[in-house]
Amino acid sequence: MGMVTESQFHVLAVDDSLFDRKMIERLLQKSSCQVTTVDSGSKALEFLGLSENYCMPGMTGYDLLKKVKESAAFKSIPVVIMSSENVPARISRCLEEGAEEFFLKPVKLADLTKLKPHMMKTKLKNQKLEEIVKPDGNEENAVLIPEIKEDSSVIEILPLHQELESEQLEQTLSSNKRKSMEEAISTDRSRPKYNDITTSV
Amino acid sequence: MLGLGVDRLQADINRLLTSLFHQGVLDEQFLQLQQLQDDTSPTFVYDVINIYFDESDKLLRNLRLLLMDREFSDYKKIGLHLNQLVGSSSSIGARRVRNVCVAFRSASELSNRPGCLRGLEVVEHEYHYLKNMMHEIFQLEQQRLLAAGARYPM
Repeated sequence: MGMVTESQFHVLAVDDSLFDRKMIERLLQKSSCQVTTVDSGSKALEFLGLSENYCMPGMTGYDLLKKVKESAAFKSIPVVIMSSENVPARISRCLEEGAEEFFLKPVKLADLTKLKPHMMKTKLKNQKLEEIVKPDGNEENAVLIPEIKEDSSVIEILPLHQELESEQLEQTLSSNKRKSMEEAISTDRSRPKYNDITTSV
Repeated sequence: MLGLGVDRLQADINRLLTSLFHQGVLDEQFLQLQQLQDDTSPTFVYDVINIYFDESDKLLRNLRLLLMDREFSDYKKIGLHLNQLVGSSSSIGARRVRNVCVAFRSASELSNRPGCLRGLEVVEHEYHYLKNMMHEIFQLEQQRLLAAGARYPM
């Protein structure tokens, strides 16, 4: 639901955790952004239209940040890092790699206003993709902003903390339902209501 | 009569939540979560907390499996799981769970196996307490919705 107006920013959130995807999606929707979420770096690259060469096994969000910043098409896109840890050294490393902002978890609605100046900047340049990415373990989450369409703005958000491919985690967290949920690329359509609340422990 | 039912249920819910805040089980981040719920996403709090429990159940199961393994040595993996737990717990305002996860993580950073086992027990305890409380609140909320739905418009 929601009309995609010319000035609406489209955000790509990349995170292997369904919980984090759900959280950032809602935060962004509340901030009037159109949101797409993917559960891996490779899907993010696919979404951006970057070639297979960019993909590497065990790619972390930090790796994805670097790749996006190295690409001619997307390097000017603003990147935001997300982490639950306030480690200045790691934050600096991401900022040096080209990330524009840092979100400390837990992310609050007010934090999203930090995106506004970057949105305005990219709006002027007619590039409006922001990416929110979560890089590797013990690191911060990086947010990238690549370009998708002329009249849409996209922001990419990346998490720093775990590997985006996260194969080991996936194996141990195997559940068909979860996998199929993770494969889904969600949009900002309103969710179905849950009328019978069954508490499953 | 129906009106009283709704009010009583709401009072029960409020009392439980207030108690959780006073105990430090929940913090102001939980209020942030409630702010994210609206007409376009009317069950957001319920949905996201259930996703949190679903993911956290698995993370905790994995942590236990890892630590129970006699040949265990992968403290880095423990750290990764805990990073996720710390982040998600803080994101729903589960302060006590978050704090005990941080303590557990410190033990893992020192490769302290007994410390990790103790840390895991504490986390499991806090986590299950939170879970039981939230399930009780959700059940009351469900009853409240039903009772409110039975009201006829004047």
